[in-house]
Amino acid sequence: MNDHNISISRSEESILATNKVLKNTYLLLSMVLIFSGIVAAVGMSMNLGHGAALVSSIVAIALMWFVLPRTANSSAGIPVLFAITGLFGLGLGPILNHYMAINPGIVSTALGGTGVIFLGLSGYALTTRKDFSFMGGFLMVGMLVVIGASLLNIFLQMPVLSLVSSAAVIMLMSGFILYETSSMIHNGETNYIMAAASLFLSILNLFQALLHILGAFGGDD
Amino acid sequence: MDWIAITSAIFLGAMMVFIFPRMRAAVKNSPKGNMQDWMGYIIPLAAVVAFIILLINMV
Repeated sequence: MNDHNISISRSEESILATNKVLKNTYLLLSMVLIFSGIVAAVGMSMNLGHGAALVSSIVAIALMWFVLPRTANSSAGIPVLFAITGLFGLGLGPILNHYMAINPGIVSTALGGTGVIFLGLSGYALTTRKDFSFMGGFLMVGMLVVIGASLLNIFLQMPVLSLVSSAAVIMLMSGFILYETSSMIHNGETNYIMAAASLFLSILNLFQALLHILGAFGGDD
Repeated sequence: MDWIAITSAIFLGAMMVFIFPRMRAAVKNSPKGNMQDWMGYIIPLAAVVAFIILLINMV
């Protein structure tokens, strides 16, 4: 009887801990998305060039790799995450200006589409409570292949390869959203700052890939 | 080739070097999924693809 009570108590604690991680992650994610959107609007109004966008994205990735893991377990992780998302937002400014000049509908459609895909996939992972941990290796191999293809395309300049890479990024980011959400449910990820950073990166990549695909079919390239 | 392309190439190369050990660890440590597990990914992915086709037709 005692063992049974301890087991129920542990299970309740685990559910409470999971719900706390989920709540904190989505709260932080919504704040950094709003912040990044504001910084992107500033970047658009400043008419930054693609060079500045590249530099800000490189700095953001460097912070994400080398600073965030060291600060994520303390309150210092939150301003670092805001700095990262702000830099990514700044890097998005010239890309948004490019698509706004072609067809403003592309940007709003990509934004709405990204929101629907993210909410749909998160809802799917949260309601089915499936464990997507088996996808870890597949997603990492896929990321490496897509980065390799993007590197190759800098020299080959093939629009088809660029489109195929964007389609692959959408598939991979959809997988990452499922993987990360299920990881929070099954207590694989207990740090809400790292979870929010990972989901933010998936949403950003999904949005950029969707912009590229919609741009290609809506008048670009 | 301009400096943006060269910087991008160096950056992507560095990303590959950085991700490679993580990829190896993920492949080694990830549990293997069965057919049912993979269907749990393929079904929502098919819905995403259908939705994107709808968006392309809207633009």
